Amino acid sequence: MRSIPEYLPAHPFFAGLDDRWIELVTGCAVNAHFRAGQQLFHEGEPADTFYVVRKGRIVISTRTPTGSVVLDTVHEDDVLGWSWLVPPYRWTFDARATDETSAVRFDGACLRQKCEADPELGYALLQRVVQAMSERLRSARVRLLDLYGAPT
Amino acid sequence: MVPRRFVVRSSRPDTRDTRTLELSPVDGGPLAFDAGQFTMLLAFGVGEVPISISGDPTAPDPLVHTIRAVGPVSRALAGASPGTVLGVRGPFGTGWSVGDGRGGDVVFVAGGIGLAPLRPAIREVCAARADYAHVAVLYGARTPDDLLYADDLQRWAGEHDVEVQVTVDHGQHAWRGRVGVVTELVARARFDGARTLGLVCGPEVMMRYSALALLDRGVRKDRVRLSMERNMQCGVGLCGHCQLREYFVCVDGPVLPYDALEPLISRAEL
Ligand SMILES: Cc1cc2nc3c(=O)[nH]c(=O)nc-3n(C[C@H](O)[C@H](O)[C@H](O)COP(=O)(O)OP(=O)(O)OC[C@H]3O[C@@H](n4cnc5c(N)ncnc54)[C@H](O)[C@@H]3O)c2cc1C
Ligand code: FES
Repeated sequence: MRSIPEYLPAHPFFAGLDDRWIELVTGCAVNAHFRAGQQLFHEGEPADTFYVVRKGRIVISTRTPTGSVVLDTVHEDDVLGWSWLVPPYRWTFDARATDETSAVRFDGACLRQKCEADPELGYALLQRVVQAMSERLRSARVRLLDLYGAPT
Repeated sequence: MVPRRFVVRSSRPDTRDTRTLELSPVDGGPLAFDAGQFTMLLAFGVGEVPISISGDPTAPDPLVHTIRAVGPVSRALAGASPGTVLGVRGPFGTGWSVGDGRGGDVVFVAGGIGLAPLRPAIREVCAARADYAHVAVLYGARTPDDLLYADDLQRWAGEHDVEVQVTVDHGQHAWRGRVGVVTELVARARFDGARTLGLVCGPEVMMRYSALALLDRGVRKDRVRLSMERNMQCGVGLCGHCQLREYFVCVDGPVLPYDALEPLISRAEL
C-alpha cells in the first residue's frame, strides 16, 4: 500500500492542492484500519475526524423505532465526514465497516487549526468539502424522486 | 400493418412485477432486429404497447421481451403463460448502434427496467469484446429485489471483462453492494470520457441526470444516446401519438443522441 504522502496527491479530493498544502494536511493524517463489523462512530458522538477510504465498505445508517436503516454506503476513494468542520462537531449518523476497510484518518482539530492559520488552505479545503457535500445532497435529492418506484 | 402471431414458449419471473417471455413465430421466420429496437406487442382483446427486445440480436429466435406490469396491457402481457398467442408488429425504431463505440470505451447506464433494452447491445459488445477498450455497465434499481438479470451481470463481469457496478436506492443491512443513485457510479467508473460512447436507458429523469454525469466526465454530447419513451399507437410514424416536438419517437427514436434531445428533455411540458 502506498504511503500517505504518495496516496493523497493522486486522490480526486486533493487534486490541484499545492504540494506544500498537501504536506500540511498530511501532518494531520494517520492510516486507520477497521475489521468487518467494526463501528467507526455513532450518531451524537463528538465528530473530530475526516476519512478518505482507501479500500473496503462502510455503511452509513440511522436508527428508527423499527430498526437501523441504511442511508448510504461509502467505498474506495470516497470521503466521509464533514461534521468536524462546523459546530457542534457531532456525528449525525452511525457508520460501520462491513468489510475489512483501510482509510486515511484526519484529525479534525488539527485540520481546523491549519485552516485558520492559512485561510487560503482553509478556502481550498472548504471548496472540496462543499463539493463532496453537494454531490451527496444531489444524490439524496435524486433518490427522493423515487425514480424506479411506483409507475409514474 | 397486421400483427404476426407469436406463441409464448416460456415465461420466467425476474422480479416481483417483471417477467421475461420467450416467443416463437407461429408461422414464418424469426424477427431479425437491431439492439435497441422495439415491437408493438398485442395482448388480444386487451391492447397493444411498445416493448423493447431484450434478447440476443445474433440469435433472434426466440424473440425475448422483458415486461414490467404497470397497467392493463403490460399486466396481460407479463402474465401470458406458455402457449398463449400474442400479436407482434415490428421491429421498429432506431437501435443503439453500439458498433460506433468500436476502438473506444462503452458505458451503459441503466435504471430499473432500462437494463432490458440495453441488454442486446451489451451482448453485442461482449460477443466482439476485443473490438472495444473499457466497457462498463452501471446499473441502478430501487431495491436489491428489483435487480434484473443477476446471472448476466455476473457473466459480463466474470467472462467478458466488463466493469459491472450496481447500486440500489434502498438496501437493508443484508445487501452487500452499494446504496446510492446511478449517477454516482458514472462519476466513479473507470472509463476515459474523451473516447467513450454512453448509452443510457431508464426513467426520463434518471436519463437526464445520467447524461449530465457523462458530460461531466468529458463524454461528447453527440456520443451520449438515450432511449425515449412516449405513448405509441401506430409505431410507424403515422398517428403522431409519440411526437416529441419535431421527432416521432417510434421512427426517429426511441434511441436519440443527447445533443438532439437536450433542448427537449430539459424543459417541462413536452
Ligand atoms: C420504445 C419503448 C420501449 C419500451 N420498452 C419496454 C420494455 O422493454 N419493458 C417494459 O416493461 N416496458 C417498456 N416500455 C413501456 C411500456 O410500453 C409501458 O409500460 C406500457 O405502454 C404501459 O401500458 P399499460 O396499458 O400496461 O399501462 P397504462 O394504462 O398505459 O399505464 C398504467 C400506469 O403505468 C404508468 N406507466 C405507463 N408507462 C410506464 C412506464 N414505461 N414505466 C412506468 N410506468 C408507466 C402510467 O402512467 C399509468 O399510471 C417501452 C415503451 C416504449 C415507448
Ligand atoms: S406511434 Fe404513431 S407516429 Fe409514432
